Amino acid sequence: MPWDKNDDEGGKGSGGSGGKRNPWGQKPTNGAGGSGSSQGGKSSGSIDFDDFLKRSHERLRTGRGGGGANGGGGGGGALTGRSLPWTWIVVALTLVWVGATSIYRVEPDERGVEQMFGRYLKTTSPGTHLKWPAPIVTVQKPKVEQVSTIEIGSERAADENLMLTSDQNIIDIAYQVRWKIRDPELFLFQIANPEATIREAAESAMRSVIASVQLDAAIGPQREQIAAEVRTRTQALLNEYRAGVDVVGVDIRQADPPAAVDDAFKDVSAAQQNAEQYINQARAYNQQLVAQARGQAAAFDAVYEQYRLAPDVTRKRMYFETMEQVLGKVDKTILEADGVVPYLPLPEVDRRRSTSAPAAAPQISAPSAAAAGSR
Amino acid sequence: MLKNPIAILAILFAGLILIATSTFTVSETQQAIVTRLGEPDRIVNAYDADESYGATGAGINLKIPFIEDVVYIDKRVQDLNMTPQTVLSTDQLRVVVDAFARFRIIDPLRMYQAVRSEDRAADELAQILTSRLRNELGRQTFAALLSPERADLMTTIEAAVNGAAANYGAEIVDVRIKRADLPPGQPLDSAYARMRTAREQEARRIRAEGDREARVVRAEADAAAAKIYADSFGRDEDFYEFYRAMQAYETAFQDGNASVILSPENEFLEEFQGNRRR
Repeated sequence: MPWDKNDDEGGKGSGGSGGKRNPWGQKPTNGAGGSGSSQGGKSSGSIDFDDFLKRSHERLRTGRGGGGANGGGGGGGALTGRSLPWTWIVVALTLVWVGATSIYRVEPDERGVEQMFGRYLKTTSPGTHLKWPAPIVTVQKPKVEQVSTIEIGSERAADENLMLTSDQNIIDIAYQVRWKIRDPELFLFQIANPEATIREAAESAMRSVIASVQLDAAIGPQREQIAAEVRTRTQALLNEYRAGVDVVGVDIRQADPPAAVDDAFKDVSAAQQNAEQYINQARAYNQQLVAQARGQAAAFDAVYEQYRLAPDVTRKRMYFETMEQVLGKVDKTILEADGVVPYLPLPEVDRRRSTSAPAAAPQISAPSAAAAGSR
Repeated sequence: MLKNPIAILAILFAGLILIATSTFTVSETQQAIVTRLGEPDRIVNAYDADESYGATGAGINLKIPFIEDVVYIDKRVQDLNMTPQTVLSTDQLRVVVDAFARFRIIDPLRMYQAVRSEDRAADELAQILTSRLRNELGRQTFAALLSPERADLMTTIEAAVNGAAANYGAEIVDVRIKRADLPPGQPLDSAYARMRTAREQEARRIRAEGDREARVVRAEADAAAAKIYADSFGRDEDFYEFYRAMQAYETAFQDGNASVILSPENEFLEEFQGNRRR
């Protein structure tokens, strides 16, 4: 039955179509069960049947004019006086049905696509519109302003979306495709499964783009270009299908190496840090060393300037000052060497040293005149 | 006549039955084949690439009650689902290929005569496509499967399948490789291993390069310092020797733990014996 095929939301609950379920509680006499055709006359046999029909017929004519031809026959099923309200219920339901399905509202983000018996009638803009009641004209209201999102891949490690790059490495990519309806008629009539189509088109576009770039580029610097390229290709594919869909954008949320090799990739960035670190340390050493050298050179230069003015005196002074420092702190033994065999009390020396500084290395030296220079 | 309600109801009822059985509606998304006693008679709202909506054969249509039946066929572009295929490339690498195709029934009568239902047509097409894919892809190297040239490959496959699809009244709108992946298990693991070792190599190289550069910087520092010293100290080597020796004594005897045995001949003690000049 063409009547049964009713997509219009206005039809819900009004019960007026009567073809599927019989509101009178009787079995339809015919399997085809057309609306309002439940003519259950056999159960009656009452004498005032004619009278009743006459009366109800008059009432039908005067009460509601020609309206509701659809459910007009329904009253005939109830043949006693007390079932009179059924007539009116049927009439009321029919009117409600007609009223509810003849008027519809298109929200600002929607377009109304009207079909008369399945044939495309027109597309209406937002606002309230009149149409033929439901079985004749149905309306679908796709949301043309709404941007829908399809998520492909996921950021969870469990379900990786692995792809091969041009250098035959594997990358784990998660991205989303944002799309909206550009042409409501094409969208409704051209593609059997718009969302799945968009998903597959985007997936194939993404894979072909990824297959043309290197892993390192895909992970980092070229993400933006890849996303833009995928958007263009997806759009081209969908245009080819005449899907009536605009791909608003493709966003790559994640482009990482797979979890199985992630550590190795992290180690590379760690290595980069390490290398930086080595170089920084070397630079610090460099600066320190040069500064030190400059300082020492400057000190030498300063002393040398003075030394040049009075070499002998300065030299002597420096020698004595240093010796004063050096010999001031150490134990001293003076030997008149000529003709005497000196006895060096080494145990004594050792003992004294061990009391003062147990771990110190022996430091016995005899600064001779030669050490003081080339005098 | 009007006095006889049963007659009215009967007529009404019969009229409804007549309308219901002699008309049918066809949506913009459908094509319909009208069969007369099982024999296809005519097609309503057949696919036509240039048509515009509202001017098609969709809408309410007439048929002969009880004698003619209507078979609806989708007019839209539909998915062709294929199970992922493992293909062996010419260089003996296994690849799991997941392709998808879109098709449309453009000749409903042919389709109806060949396989009766859309589902069966889709099954047949999927089989044809699968075997074509296997044939074509099996002739490629692994790298070619990933390369941009695979678009041409798809065009070849599409053309080949379209020839077969015509027998089912269908048109392949598009064939595409959705995925071309390494199968799980050993191939994937060895790919991972390759990636890992490549990265390890990279990491080592980076560290070694950092180390090398650091060494150069240090050597440069040593050189610079040496030059500074040389420039400065080279002005009087003799004095430098003395100057440096003095610094060294001071540092060496700083802790005061040494025992020094001096000869009176020592320069330091020159004056010890009272103005005696050698």
